[in-house]
Amino acid sequence: MWVEVEAQISSRQNSLHSCARQRLQKEERISFTLIEMARSLAGFLVLLLVISICEAASLFQPISDSHRSAALELFTSDHGSFKSLEETYEALRTFQILGIEKKPDVTAAACRSISETVGSSSTPKDLFYALKANSIAQCKIHEKASEGIISSLKAAVSGASLLLDFYYSIGGLVLIKDQSSKADIRLADAEGVFRSVKAFSQSDGRWRYSSNNPESSAFAAGIALETLAGIVSLASSELDQSLISTLKNDMSKLFDSIEKYDDGTLYFDDKLVDGHEYQGPLSTTSSVLRGLTAFAAATTGNINLPGDKILGLAKFFLGIGVPGDAKDFFYQVDALACLESNRVSVPLILSLSSAVLSLNKKDSLKVRVTTVLGSKAPPLTVKLVGAFSSGSKDASLVESQELKFDQGSGLHILNDLPKSIDVGSYTFVFEVVLQEPEDEKVYVTGSQTKVPVFVTGIIKIENSEITILDSDLGSVESQSKLDLAAKNAVSLSANHLQKLRLSFQLTTPHGRAFKPHQAFLKLRHESKVEHIFVVGNSGKQFEIVLNFLGLVEKFFYLSGKYDMELTVGDAAMENSLLVAIGHIELDLPEAPEKAPRPPPQPVDPYSRYGPKAEITHIFRAPEKRPPPELSLAFLGLTILPLLGFLIGLLRLGVNMKNFPTKPVPATFAVLFHVGIGAVLLLYVFFWLKLDLFQTLKAVGFLGVFLVFVGHRTLSHLAAASAKLKSA
Amino acid sequence: MGRASSKEDAGTLFHSLRSAYAATPLNLKIIDLYVGFSIFTALIQVVYMAIVGSFPFNSFLSGVLSCVGTAVLAVCLRIQVNKENKEFKDLPPERAFADFVLCNLVLHLVIMNFLG
Repeated sequence: MWVEVEAQISSRQNSLHSCARQRLQKEERISFTLIEMARSLAGFLVLLLVISICEAASLFQPISDSHRSAALELFTSDHGSFKSLEETYEALRTFQILGIEKKPDVTAAACRSISETVGSSSTPKDLFYALKANSIAQCKIHEKASEGIISSLKAAVSGASLLLDFYYSIGGLVLIKDQSSKADIRLADAEGVFRSVKAFSQSDGRWRYSSNNPESSAFAAGIALETLAGIVSLASSELDQSLISTLKNDMSKLFDSIEKYDDGTLYFDDKLVDGHEYQGPLSTTSSVLRGLTAFAAATTGNINLPGDKILGLAKFFLGIGVPGDAKDFFYQVDALACLESNRVSVPLILSLSSAVLSLNKKDSLKVRVTTVLGSKAPPLTVKLVGAFSSGSKDASLVESQELKFDQGSGLHILNDLPKSIDVGSYTFVFEVVLQEPEDEKVYVTGSQTKVPVFVTGIIKIENSEITILDSDLGSVESQSKLDLAAKNAVSLSANHLQKLRLSFQLTTPHGRAFKPHQAFLKLRHESKVEHIFVVGNSGKQFEIVLNFLGLVEKFFYLSGKYDMELTVGDAAMENSLLVAIGHIELDLPEAPEKAPRPPPQPVDPYSRYGPKAEITHIFRAPEKRPPPELSLAFLGLTILPLLGFLIGLLRLGVNMKNFPTKPVPATFAVLFHVGIGAVLLLYVFFWLKLDLFQTLKAVGFLGVFLVFVGHRTLSHLAAASAKLKSA
Repeated sequence: MGRASSKEDAGTLFHSLRSAYAATPLNLKIIDLYVGFSIFTALIQVVYMAIVGSFPFNSFLSGVLSCVGTAVLAVCLRIQVNKENKEFKDLPPERAFADFVLCNLVLHLVIMNFLG
């Protein structure tokens, strides 16, 4: 694991060199497009060489090649055309800012959609985005078409009632002024339009979208500022200065509502009232910046905004890294382009080419100061004012010193790190001082920049030896020197009355004591039971003593061959090691009865989840039945009493004299007996095959019949006996 | 001397019982015979169960209870039919017999269900 970290660090440092070569070729191309962009935006800053940085090791990094490759991936087009004019504009603008070459199919598709929009009568919003895209794509617009646009936009201005209507129409007029041959587009009643836009402002610096809707947002504030900047630039006569100054007050109030994160970044955010209208901090801050820089460009005079706030906003956008969404990417890059060259203040970003320095390779500290898009900064000096060990509040480990500026690479270099900087994690504090006093009005650098730096190196491991000692006397039984850089095959043997001692020394490159994150000794038995011990230290000396007498129970009384392994590792250690020391034959006493068993070793995971043994159902053993002969014998025996009953009846002289002789009563009597017989037969069938419900149904029928018949018979008999009695 | 007298007494008692019993009407004697037959059947079933064990118990119970139940019903019939019994003077014997038949049929339905 430590070896992998080391490989990553070295690969990063290698890629830095390849990036530097590619960068120098791009310089001329990028500078040309940036000059065009600068002219269209603010109009006067001259850009020199472009240097970009490959890796992100410190907290804030200016735009780099990773941004460019991400832009190409994010802004994908279907044969050059995007879904809408807005997306077309965003893609073109992003490519322009990052200096990516325009692809011909993209430009052609853009020109097609622009001319379509421009030719037909479109809404101000469509015209606005078409003209915006055209400012980059540079397609030709017909004279007649541009005349039509101008007139429709002017009509839109006079008929506008919502903030966005003003924004699109004024913005469109500003753009067409730059693009068409007619340079004399003026707003007739500029002050009136200014006031009607100003009516949307609120006292807390935010703006509303319409006079009906009370919702206000900072996003709307940015849009309003852009619109007002457009009005100022289109005004035929000088506008009332009091209007401009009240607007500047509004802007300061807006900037009072700026929010901040712990790492010093500043941003604008709106309250989440309605999900549809909510824009998010990225687009809100981007919009405010756009408005601010547009307004600063259009007006004269000072915009009093503290430079720290601009620097905080720049850090906010750079802190995002590379966004994953095309819209977020556009917002970030557009805002950074506004920051790159604006009339308020241009932030300068200090970054390190690598935040991990290796003492072994004698890395030097390389610092770069550029603008947010990676352009060259004006002449300045970088001073290292302090270095503090992370997590300690002690005084600075270095004294204040200036870094040497290398003209060729544009880097400020500190070649030899002071001896007080050993391996570990530090915070370096830098100060940037501009050399020309006029630059102070243009650029902002921030007072002190804190950067985390991690220093690694080779840790010397010396005097490593392993010894077997006698427990009582402390005399050395066997001793061997180890070379922990390579695999060892030491073979020792010990019994439970002896002790094992392993010792070594760790020293940093500058000769100080070093305590690594991990220093473990592992003993593994043949049966894969493992025991891990932490190696303690006092100063440089690391030592562990295993007293087997006390460890007998921990080892589960397992005697046999144990493999020994030592692990020493730390993030700052370039030579972290996991090395096999050798074997030790341990002779431990027999385990007593109640000794704990070693834990079961992890089973092969596949067998644990494999099929288990099949379970066969064990049926209930049938009860023992008596032998059939016995049962049959008793069946016969049960019949006997019935026979006895019948014989007894005969002996008593039973007769059928009372049986009715006349035919009608006789039939009833017969039916009565038949009915009883039928019920009894039904019961036999019930036992044999019928179920209760069928039987009950049948009994119901038979019962009714039997009751009727029986009643007739018995009443006849009763009448007969009553006649006999009376007679 | 006492033993001989008790034996004599037992013999006299037995004889007097026999002669008194001979005087009972025929229908009562039939009922008595029926009761004796059903009890005897029950006893044979109990002896069988004692030999082979009580599995299946429900069958044993239904067998024994059918015998005992029908005996009880017959005894009820005897009480109701006996002319010397003043309590049931107004109950015609045919009615008692009809009850006996009906109750026996219900009893045997339950028994057949329980027989299993």
